[in-house]
Amino acid sequence: MALAPLIAYAHVRKSFANGHDAERVAAVDDVSLDIAAGEFLAIVGASGSGKSTLLRLANRLLAPDSGRVMVEGEDVRDVDPVRLRRRMGYVFQSGGLFPHMRVADNIAVTPRLLGWPAAEIAARVDELLELVRLDCSLHRDRLPHELSGGQQQRVGVARALAARPRIMLMDEPFGALDPLTRDTLGDEYRALHRRLALTTVMVTHDMTAALLLADRIAVMRAGRVVAQGQPAELSNDNEPYVAELLRTPRRQAERLNALLPGASAG
Amino acid sequence: MSFLADPRWRDAAAHLPDYLGSHVQVSLAALALGLVISLPLAILARNHAVIRGILLGLASVVQTVPGLALLALFYPLLLAIASLTLRWFGFDFSAFGFLPAMLALALYSMLPVLRNTITGLNGVDPALLEAAQGVGMTPRQSLFTVELPLALPVIMAGIRTSAVWVIGTATLSTPIGQTSLGNYIFAGLQTQNWVLVLFGCVASALLALAVDQFLTLIERGLRERKRLHTMLGSVGIAVLVTATLIPSMARAPSTYVVGAKTFAEQYVLSALIEQRLQAAGLQASTREGLGSSVIFQALAANNIDVYVDYSGTLWLNQFHRTDMPPRERLLAELKEILAKQDVTLLGALGFENAYALVMPRQRADALGIHSITDLAAHAPMLSIAGDYEFFSRPEWSALQKAYGLSFRRQRQMQPDFMYAAVASGDVDVIAGYTSEGRIKEYDLETLADPKHAIPPYDAVLLLAPRRAHDAALQEALKPLLERIDIATMREANLRASGSNANSSPAAVARWLWQRIGGQ
Repeated sequence: MALAPLIAYAHVRKSFANGHDAERVAAVDDVSLDIAAGEFLAIVGASGSGKSTLLRLANRLLAPDSGRVMVEGEDVRDVDPVRLRRRMGYVFQSGGLFPHMRVADNIAVTPRLLGWPAAEIAARVDELLELVRLDCSLHRDRLPHELSGGQQQRVGVARALAARPRIMLMDEPFGALDPLTRDTLGDEYRALHRRLALTTVMVTHDMTAALLLADRIAVMRAGRVVAQGQPAELSNDNEPYVAELLRTPRRQAERLNALLPGASAG
Repeated sequence: MSFLADPRWRDAAAHLPDYLGSHVQVSLAALALGLVISLPLAILARNHAVIRGILLGLASVVQTVPGLALLALFYPLLLAIASLTLRWFGFDFSAFGFLPAMLALALYSMLPVLRNTITGLNGVDPALLEAAQGVGMTPRQSLFTVELPLALPVIMAGIRTSAVWVIGTATLSTPIGQTSLGNYIFAGLQTQNWVLVLFGCVASALLALAVDQFLTLIERGLRERKRLHTMLGSVGIAVLVTATLIPSMARAPSTYVVGAKTFAEQYVLSALIEQRLQAAGLQASTREGLGSSVIFQALAANNIDVYVDYSGTLWLNQFHRTDMPPRERLLAELKEILAKQDVTLLGALGFENAYALVMPRQRADALGIHSITDLAAHAPMLSIAGDYEFFSRPEWSALQKAYGLSFRRQRQMQPDFMYAAVASGDVDVIAGYTSEGRIKEYDLETLADPKHAIPPYDAVLLLAPRRAHDAALQEALKPLLERIDIATMREANLRASGSNANSSPAAVARWLWQRIGGQ
């Protein structure tokens, strides 16, 4: 490891008050995880496994109880959280677009917060719409509710990319889409990740998507990272939970191979 | 057809620009002030359950205070504050009319705005709040660019409710001196002019409806993100407000304001004074329906310039005197007391309008009652009615003390209904006014007061401090002094109590002027 990791979690814990119980529930329990520059990491786990909490700790939407989160060499506690978030892209589940703003205004949100000149913002919006393959003149002035789910998520990606971040955080970005759209968008994003030399952390419960998109996968269960590695490494892992998670994609691949001779997975 | 041809419609319509303009002005100011206070409070309170509870609780309590009482409370409150600022900082302000009405209405408008703003802000999808944070907004930026715009339709619905409440309640600001569409209603009620009452009700209802419709349009536009709706609604409101305000702004402010209390005689006399001033080439207008405790303060503070009061009322209620000198001495002494407050007692009009206990002549004869002394023996079996203030006035306690009066039942009544009520036997005795025309019409008897418990009530013209040396004004009013005798005033009052075209205060005032020898 010549290069310092771009994002590094070191013994991070985060717990939440459990309703009116005095007892607190550990959402992230002693997690250490490094994400290298240019890497595409998927965090996979069931709902409640702590994967979204882990993501929110990276841009300080949440603060850790103990441990350290480093981003680009700085402890996030020492950075103004607002400025930290402005230099990281964040894609929300089902878009998270502001329903009262036009597509162009949604995309321009962060550049505007950063005080870019208007002309530069307008050019950037058009550039981004093209990048996520939406027709500028057709979509720029629409409101989010006038778009399909896939189009909304494209705008969500464009908004996250607007201020040219190096890091993209994605929370179940394609989860609410139909399979075909999910697949297309996933592939397209993967291409963008390469082209723009991004570092991406994607949270998902869909192991198949994680295997197809990510360079490396971290598996979370009950607040802990139980396994991490490239797909091939995971498939040799002894952890029974990992095997369980891999069972579905394996079976799907076998059946598809049998049903569609000539096609090959991976 | 004849209904619409009634000249009272024209009379009523002539006042519309003034009343409507003032109504819109005070409502708009109250709403704006209410918004400026409620919105920040709601934003502060939305995340603090305790503050929220206290705020909404207080606003709800304000709502339970009847509108008229709330408005009435602000007058003495402001008077007290004005006297404090005068003592401490050397300036005071008018506690009369616009200011108390606006403050009370603003307070009244707060609940819907507070409640809806809190509901609207707390109803914003938490995912969007996280999105706002995630793209790098500060809490303040999130509030202004995401939360408030998303809560706007709900807030707008609150503003709409407030607007309708305020426009309706503003009709009650007449008695504290704020001109409004309520002037029609109060004047109509006092002079039994149902055309006026109807006119006032319809006008304020139409105003409220129109505002409600335009605000609904804006709210729908915001909710459904249809700019056209929002724009049409805003243009509608803007046109409505300008159209109602321009005439009242463009009108030259009249130099002389004639005050009138809340009963028919006062409406007639103020109309008469207004006509005399106008005939003398002076700019004059009337401010009617003022509560009798408000009107003297308003004169002393130069908010009105002239009005007719009654010597006994001032003696007892204003200066709290308990001695009872004879008529001439009381008048002379009163003039001196008033002069100390820089108020000029220009002179008496020539008649007295005293409180008197009144009952049907036949009934009085049958029971052998001709004085209050006779009445005292029968009182425990009889009921009495008086106007809204009589039973809390010193005259009543003086009567009770002097004659040991104790009735079976006492009730308060709209003065105009008392005479018919006693004539028909609904009540046995009323505390009537001696100048009332219907005493003769219904063949009622005013009972003698041998112990002089009730003071004399000469109608006197009072001038505001700033008019003490106004020769033009005094010259114009001189022809009225000592010219109106009790018979004439009674007939004028009888005419004003009618419900026909010639019973408007202005028409009766013209008749009165001819009668006392004007040309």
